[in-house]
Amino acid sequence: MIDVDLDTPRPVPTTDRVARKKAPQEGSRQSRAGWFVKLTMGFLCLIWVIPTFGLLVTSFRDAEAANTSGWWTVFASPLKATQWTLQNYSQVLFEGQTPMGISFVNSLAVALPATIIPIMIAAFAAYSFTFMHFRGRDTLFIIVVSLLVVPTQVALVPLLQFYGTVGLTGTFPAVWLAHAGFGMPLAIFILRNYMATLPLSVIESAKIDGASHFQTFWRLIVPMSVPALAAFAIFQFLWVWNDLLVALIFLGQGDNMVVTVNLAGLQGQQGQGWELLTAGAFVSMAIPLLVFVSLQRFFIRGMTSGAVKG
Amino acid sequence: MIKVINAILAILSGVLGSLLFYYVLNKVVERLPKKWEKRLKPYVFVGPAVLLIGFFLVYPALRTVVFSFANNDSTAFIGTKNYTDLLGSGEFVSGALLNTLLWMIVVPAVTVVFGLAVAVLADRLQPRAEKFTKSLIFLPMAISMVGAATIWRFVYESRPAGTPQIGVLNAILAWFGVDPVAWLQLSQAHVNSLLLMVVMIWAQVGFSMVLLSAAVKGVPEDTIEAGRIDGATEKRIFFSVVVPQIWPTVITVFITVLITTMKIFDIVYVMTGANFNTDVIALRFYTELFTNGNNGYAAAIVVMLMIAIIPVMIYQVRHFRRQEAEG
Repeated sequence: MIDVDLDTPRPVPTTDRVARKKAPQEGSRQSRAGWFVKLTMGFLCLIWVIPTFGLLVTSFRDAEAANTSGWWTVFASPLKATQWTLQNYSQVLFEGQTPMGISFVNSLAVALPATIIPIMIAAFAAYSFTFMHFRGRDTLFIIVVSLLVVPTQVALVPLLQFYGTVGLTGTFPAVWLAHAGFGMPLAIFILRNYMATLPLSVIESAKIDGASHFQTFWRLIVPMSVPALAAFAIFQFLWVWNDLLVALIFLGQGDNMVVTVNLAGLQGQQGQGWELLTAGAFVSMAIPLLVFVSLQRFFIRGMTSGAVKG
Repeated sequence: MIKVINAILAILSGVLGSLLFYYVLNKVVERLPKKWEKRLKPYVFVGPAVLLIGFFLVYPALRTVVFSFANNDSTAFIGTKNYTDLLGSGEFVSGALLNTLLWMIVVPAVTVVFGLAVAVLADRLQPRAEKFTKSLIFLPMAISMVGAATIWRFVYESRPAGTPQIGVLNAILAWFGVDPVAWLQLSQAHVNSLLLMVVMIWAQVGFSMVLLSAAVKGVPEDTIEAGRIDGATEKRIFFSVVVPQIWPTVITVFITVLITTMKIFDIVYVMTGANFNTDVIALRFYTELFTNGNNGYAAAIVVMLMIAIIPVMIYQVRHFRRQEAEG
């Protein structure tokens, strides 16, 4: 089961408030839900799940069935094995001009470096913003904060021209660098806010022991900042993997196209091919779902740290 | 295979390269006289990040402003013609611009209200049911807008009357004997735009719910108790005691969703391709840049987007300053 529970504990009532007349309130830990609440929540859950569920079911149906009958009809005889097939996945993964399989590798090749490259650079900067004093520090950090909400679109026209002149258009480094730059303000922000909560005494004593900033950073601060580093890494990975605009502009639709661009391209076949579209959608969603479900704690921590990405 | 090796090389060189880079620079600075060392070292640490931000964000942003006053291939200045052209064209103003405004009005508000409703209602369920419900609603956060758009395009799919419907929405209509509707082409009263907004709301409510749920659970029990003792109704307590205390979080969620909404691109690109009067400015930006090859229009659109975001930037900075002062 996925765990969306936050680290904020429910306030524990103090003993003096556990009085007789508040008895009904004490029952709150069990359930205060009337039929109306239960019904509403049940209905909401259905709305949230049915669209995705329909997509999942369709991805395992053969082309004929998927395009001529509703996916819910399978429940008339769910055990009829002949209506289920893996054909769609093998077709979408391995066949066609640029199969999803290739795009899947491309997405990994884009997202992993674009996640990892900025982390070290941001960590050094965050250390400097937190533990060092220099002229212009506060102004510089305010600029970083204000850049958090700047939409990536502002940089795309000149960058496209620049990449054109240096011959980087359509290559992975073009996207790595762009994402490293676009993600940098958020990375610095998350890491600096986290580092600011670390006990200053640890750093002070390291200084007294004669440790240089470099040593303090590498031996003390980086290991202590793992939760924040992980939070940013997850944010950035999901962001890059799920991004369409940057990939579309810098990588386009050739051999290097990533899953989102590929999936968007598949939609061209109007009215036909829902069995392939649905399978393709799940291929593109598999990794983010996996990352998200397994590392959700870090993700939520990053989210509640007040991070807003432009 | 080569791609995988390249990616691994990039990761290694990214990490090791930057470490080595910092290490060497650090050593160089340590050779300097103590006074200079102390003065320069912070810039060694912060420098690469600042350069990266400067080169990939700030400098291009300034160039974009310049381009917005230049012609389609950025070879000659044409004054404010791009802006007057765009704002003078009814097609842009009552199309992309108006639609984006509608998105900005509807999506953040609905997302906040839904998120809050789910947070408050789920809080009343048994702990396990609460967890389960929240997990389901939170899950769309993980998937791409392209994925979400695909999921919902399937829901809205319409087949000619008389043939079996494969989209859920039209199947429900058929159940009641109503003819199928081509939902995404239904531009009267912006119905199709609203249906695209549903996708965004569906994807974002989880985010809103998690933040607001944390805020609601953080409201001190005794303030609610005090309300109860005074005989206030549950409704009154919610609006007069709980809401004021979670207001800062409401604003944060609202603004975050607002910014995402202003830049909405993927959903419209995938589901309607800007047809049937569903264009939005971020998609128009892409169309001008790529399909029409007009850098001037594209840049002008981004500048307008930027201007709209400036108030949020100011708010963000103020908010941060206040937090720092308190912290």
